[in-house]
Amino acid sequence: MECPKEIVLLMHSYFDGDLQPEGEQQLKEHLRSCAACAAHFHELKKTVAFLQYAAHVAAPPSFAAKVMEAMPKERKTARLRRFLHRHPLLTAASLFFALTFGSLASSWGERGAFSVSADEHVIIRDHTVIVPKGETVKGDIVVRNGSIRIEGTVDGDVTVIHGKKYMASAGQVTGEVEEINQVFEWIWYNIKERFNRALQSIE
Amino acid sequence: MYFMDLFIKKRIKAIQKGDQNAYADLVDLYKDKIYRLCYRMLGNPHEAEDAAQEAFIRAYIHIDTYNPEMKFSTWLYRIATNLTIDKLRKRKPDVYLDEEVGGTDGLTMQAQLPSREASPEEAVESLELQETVQQAIEQLPEKYRSVIVLKYMEDLSLQEISEILGLPVGTVKTRLHRGREALRRQLGHL
Ligand SMILES: [Zn+2]
Repeated sequence: MECPKEIVLLMHSYFDGDLQPEGEQQLKEHLRSCAACAAHFHELKKTVAFLQYAAHVAAPPSFAAKVMEAMPKERKTARLRRFLHRHPLLTAASLFFALTFGSLASSWGERGAFSVSADEHVIIRDHTVIVPKGETVKGDIVVRNGSIRIEGTVDGDVTVIHGKKYMASAGQVTGEVEEINQVFEWIWYNIKERFNRALQSIE
Repeated sequence: MYFMDLFIKKRIKAIQKGDQNAYADLVDLYKDKIYRLCYRMLGNPHEAEDAAQEAFIRAYIHIDTYNPEMKFSTWLYRIATNLTIDKLRKRKPDVYLDEEVGGTDGLTMQAQLPSREASPEEAVESLELQETVQQAIEQLPEKYRSVIVLKYMEDLSLQEISEILGLPVGTVKTRLHRGREALRRQLGHL
């Protein structure tokens, strides 16, 4: 074949929809006089037609429902984080108030008594809350001025204020785990709690 | 067009405020496009369904990173394309074998063809052609496959394809040319 290489390039420009009039003229003239290129062009046209023909496929009937079912359940704190992320001014303002009025900061200083909010499935020993192996605690646990050892399962969030959490290898927490040992974390925790309460009252 | 954009924008705002149900409208709007892309890229209805589902969930989780300057569909296509390319790269050779035995599920495919009334012969013929085309697409290396699928199955402009793949338009063109030539060798003589 002694056809100029640019003939094939012109064909593809044609398919890309950006063939200029001079190029179109050149291509037309060449195709009229060259059977090989005319065949090549015809094959490309057929290929494109086949591709376009094969485009019709629809999602299975229950697809949308399945997606919605598989969606992650939004945690309240995730929503809160997103909210605060989008309203940084509000976050800053809350922090400012918290610090200015100092009530939160000073409440951090008063080291209160050991306390725990959990049901009867836990064992309490020397200011340590133990979730025993094989037990499942339903709901959130908040431990103040003490620690927690999780050997079983907690079906909720775990928050430890002024303390530590120990996870056994078999231990499991379905929610979020948080240790609060810094004044800033304490303020953040309080802001979150207030927002959560506000969110709950809205819902 | 303007109305549609407004509708989508409103849905996205609602989703960002935590309204999960608003997402159902977007899934409904784009499910066929995204499923089709996954199906043409992966060539297997079950894998395509999983991938399309994963793409929608990823988009939902990362909705805060969506830049409204970009068309929402472009962003979705980008997530789905990257996901399928990832899956193609991770594919082990023996998975190919399995798929060929399991095959392109004839029944599912037939159920998904457009519901135009067709004679049984026509249906068989069109099904065969669909499969032939799909097999030819699957022969393509992944970089040509993605541009061909986006251009001819999804009917997108070169500009949109360039945005989805994060490639210059010139590169998209080169890949389209090579892809068309490779397919011509397989389909041109039919
Ligand atoms: Zn020629």
